[in-house]
Amino acid sequence: MNGMRDEKIPALKLTVIQYVIVAVLAVLITGLWRLQILGATNYRELAEANRVRKVPILAPRGRLFDREGRLLVDNYPSVSCFLVADQAQSLYSDLPKIARGLHMTVDQIRAALARYRGGPKYQLVPLKSDITPDEKEFIEAHRDELPELETIDEQRRLYPRDGFAAALIGYTGEVSEDMLNQSRYAYYEPGDVVGRSGVEESYDALLRGTDGSRDVLVDSHGREVGRLGYERAIPGMDLKLSIDLDIQRAAELALGNRNGAVIAMDPHTGEVLALVSHPSFDPNDFAVRVQRDTWARLITDPNHPLMDKAIQDQLAPGSTFKLIMSVAGLQEHVAQDLRVNCAGGATFYGRFFACDAHHGAVNIDNAIPYSCDTYYYTLAQRLGIEPIAKWAHALGLGQKTGIDLPNEAPGVVPSEEWKLKNYHEKWYAGEVISVGIGQGATAVTPVQLARAIGGIASGGAMRRPHVVLQDQLPPNYRQAIIDSYPGSGDANVPIATSTWETITDGMAAVVSGAGGTARSSHLEGIDFAGKTGTAQVVNHSFGAKSVSKDVNSRANAWFVGVAPRRNPDIVVAVLWEHGGWGVGSSKLAAQVIQAYVDKQRRLEHNVLQVEAEPKPEGPQAQAAPGAPANKTGPAKPTEVGAIWSNPAAPDALGGRPVKPARPRDANLLATARAAHFFLNPAADDHAARPVVIRGNP
Amino acid sequence: MQRFLRLRDFDWVLMALVFLLSALSVLEIYSATINTKFHGFESKQVLWLVGGTAAMLLLSFIDYHVLLDVIHWIYGFCIVSLLVVLVAGQKVLGARRWIRVGAIHFQPSEWVKLILIIAVARYFTSLAGRELDWKDVGKAFLLVGVPMALVLKQPDLGTALTYMPVLLIGLFLGGIGWKKALIIACAGLILIVPVWRAGLKPYQKARLTSFLSPDADPRGSGYQIRQSLIAVGDGGVWGRGVAKGTQTQGDFLPIPYTDFIFAAWSEEHGFVGAVFVLLLYFFILMRLIQNAQTAADLSGTLLIMGVVAVLIFQIAVNVGMVVGLMPVTGIPLPLMSYGGSSVLFTFLALGIVMNVRMNRFVN
Repeated sequence: MNGMRDEKIPALKLTVIQYVIVAVLAVLITGLWRLQILGATNYRELAEANRVRKVPILAPRGRLFDREGRLLVDNYPSVSCFLVADQAQSLYSDLPKIARGLHMTVDQIRAALARYRGGPKYQLVPLKSDITPDEKEFIEAHRDELPELETIDEQRRLYPRDGFAAALIGYTGEVSEDMLNQSRYAYYEPGDVVGRSGVEESYDALLRGTDGSRDVLVDSHGREVGRLGYERAIPGMDLKLSIDLDIQRAAELALGNRNGAVIAMDPHTGEVLALVSHPSFDPNDFAVRVQRDTWARLITDPNHPLMDKAIQDQLAPGSTFKLIMSVAGLQEHVAQDLRVNCAGGATFYGRFFACDAHHGAVNIDNAIPYSCDTYYYTLAQRLGIEPIAKWAHALGLGQKTGIDLPNEAPGVVPSEEWKLKNYHEKWYAGEVISVGIGQGATAVTPVQLARAIGGIASGGAMRRPHVVLQDQLPPNYRQAIIDSYPGSGDANVPIATSTWETITDGMAAVVSGAGGTARSSHLEGIDFAGKTGTAQVVNHSFGAKSVSKDVNSRANAWFVGVAPRRNPDIVVAVLWEHGGWGVGSSKLAAQVIQAYVDKQRRLEHNVLQVEAEPKPEGPQAQAAPGAPANKTGPAKPTEVGAIWSNPAAPDALGGRPVKPARPRDANLLATARAAHFFLNPAADDHAARPVVIRGNP
Repeated sequence: MQRFLRLRDFDWVLMALVFLLSALSVLEIYSATINTKFHGFESKQVLWLVGGTAAMLLLSFIDYHVLLDVIHWIYGFCIVSLLVVLVAGQKVLGARRWIRVGAIHFQPSEWVKLILIIAVARYFTSLAGRELDWKDVGKAFLLVGVPMALVLKQPDLGTALTYMPVLLIGLFLGGIGWKKALIIACAGLILIVPVWRAGLKPYQKARLTSFLSPDADPRGSGYQIRQSLIAVGDGGVWGRGVAKGTQTQGDFLPIPYTDFIFAAWSEEHGFVGAVFVLLLYFFILMRLIQNAQTAADLSGTLLIMGVVAVLIFQIAVNVGMVVGLMPVTGIPLPLMSYGGSSVLFTFLALGIVMNVRMNRFVN
């Protein structure tokens, strides 16, 4: 080896290697330049996106109170589970495990993921709402294995049970894809909870509040290592409804399990005191996620439980329309001098039109209490369709009232123009005869009748019905509601004083007069007035209903009542589908009126005796514990858990039994549940009495 | 007298550069592990550096000709130890790379590098002066190819690849003709396809291709490279400061104290810091080449250039990986990455360099 020591490497080769080294380092520095100088901003953002995670703080939804501040809809704390796809090590192999732990199917999780496919990877995908404690425990125990699972504490809706006021309140649910495509939902994001009907929908913008967020520093395993700050969630606004819980309750009890609707309203202001639609549904079923079979049952039920019949059921008004006829007849100076001899009907245009009875000599004064069809056939013939249509329109029929609830129906007032437009046919003079008794194509909703007849009894001062007290709303929102729910709204219809007096006296005679159609509903000591309506559904129906069953061929029973007869404080419209005779509905309305008047009298009474001797309260007063709302200022909020609480079902509300607020409510709870709001009649003179329904003659 | 001369001949400049780089390495290991369960690795690294320095001093006093004379024995022993690893080695993360002797684990494949440098130097020294024929080239390939195949079998693709530059620089400096070089290069290119098809496991393929498009699978094979790019880019010009790099501290950057230490360094010290480190490497390499030029004989030059080849290859592949120009191969960055085997290899190699330098006037 020593002999080779003289051999040397050519210097050129080492120089080449030096240049190779320089070249390699130059390439590496170029790489650094590209990343650190040219790409610095971009990579800084990526690094921030890596470590900062926005965790939403969900705003609690505004609560709903009745007009006296009694709680109707509350929130309760709940935990929801979300999935963050970009935290997962191997998402799809984790799915079966997640599914098992959360008691879901893999397909459900895949479906949830599919809905958010377009979104960014760090987006929270809602997997399951209102998880149970053992599901929460599963997530906590698998933090390291399943870092993609995230839980968020939030507030969920707690609605009254048994569908109490459900049509009015509505329900909430996750915003759907269809909704997201609409402009009014432009600011909503997938997964947001949104009001889907009732007040929850129409006042969603106020109720929902604004979600906040927390910027959390995380490491690569999604573990929280620090916080950067947060944006506070702004809770939704609490709303006071114009509903009076006592009246609402009386209306619910009155309607019982009959199909139909009751709406009670203060005609002075348009404030709705009670709004009931039966059959009802339990909004709590929707608050989390509606079960497939529950939903299927609700939408296939022939009695339309999801429909708010008070504002959406368009039916022939029957004889209640005679009040509108009377206004038209008197204002057009036709009815004043109209005398008709009723012999059980009369022949018009070659066809015989029947009346219920032989009323003999009838004029405008007894035509209303008798509800004499012959009189109104004749009046309709004298007036012709156009004046009738004009006055019906003026009184708000054939158009929405503008109530602050979604999907109000407009109803129909037939006219020559209407027929030409919808049927491309000429109006035949003979068609006016059945319109005169509220049949034919005429269709109204209960809320329209309440507004119209309350307005007539108020001398033509019509008010826009609304279910949320307007003073609490921000002015621009108040206007937005009016713009969003256009309708006949507030209007003053000039009605002559004589017209007004004649008609209101006639209405009073309906329940108090000797021949009044609803004299059995007479309320002693209350200036109760109204008008029955028995709307045939078979021969004259608009939008033919099924006649396969006998009950479905019965007439719809209407009643619209006011108290007192002139400038009433309350108007009640009752629709009892297939109830047979209008007088049946008059008894339901009478219960509501009775409850209202009793309450007003008790309030006055209490105020008078407030220092002397507190009167023991009956069960009804317990639900409204001495709340002299309009006498001694606003009552303090009182929880009325009694309405929806049921100690017998501890698994309700996700295993959290709700205890009655006070021990003495316990008895009431059981009663309310067992008898579906029927109170013990012996307990209180003024409590709802079971209604005896006269069979269909 | 002789002893004094030797100490004076020690390459103090090279040592200063190496220790400066080692200090930066300790700093970054400290920063990258401060908030992890690996906290304290910087002191372990210091211990490795002390041990490495001692080993270097020890080796620098052994005449490299002695090493060259006994290398065939050591080479044989190393082949046996690689076979032992394959049969009885500890399986860590799916690969048998480690042998456990008492409490110490070590990776024979790291030492093989050093042994190959010496063996290749001896082989080409023995051929000195004459144009290489195909037989010589074939022998050289066998010399490197056998341990390489054994390491590949472990499987440790990264380390096996570091043997290639030893062979290539040996062929280049040993006097291979241009034609033969061209033919070998062509053959290599043609061989890539079957080797790719048959010889690589799917995870290896994924690692080798993911650097081309790290965003294609940001959670899977592209994750490491993507996080590395973000870390380097996040550093900007001046860096985010010691222990302040969010990619490094948030555990987004994988193994920021070993293979990806340069990414961690770049994030916390920016472009300026990164270029500074590369310049240190540049000076170290130039200093080594200078020593190679002044070596007393061909074998000394070949030894040092073997070290240079391994170092520049590892720097190119590791830093190239960190900045997204190279695939992820698991090759540590010499003098920066944490790890006893890597530190010992580098310092033993430097010990040989020192010895070559100190013997430069011996004739």
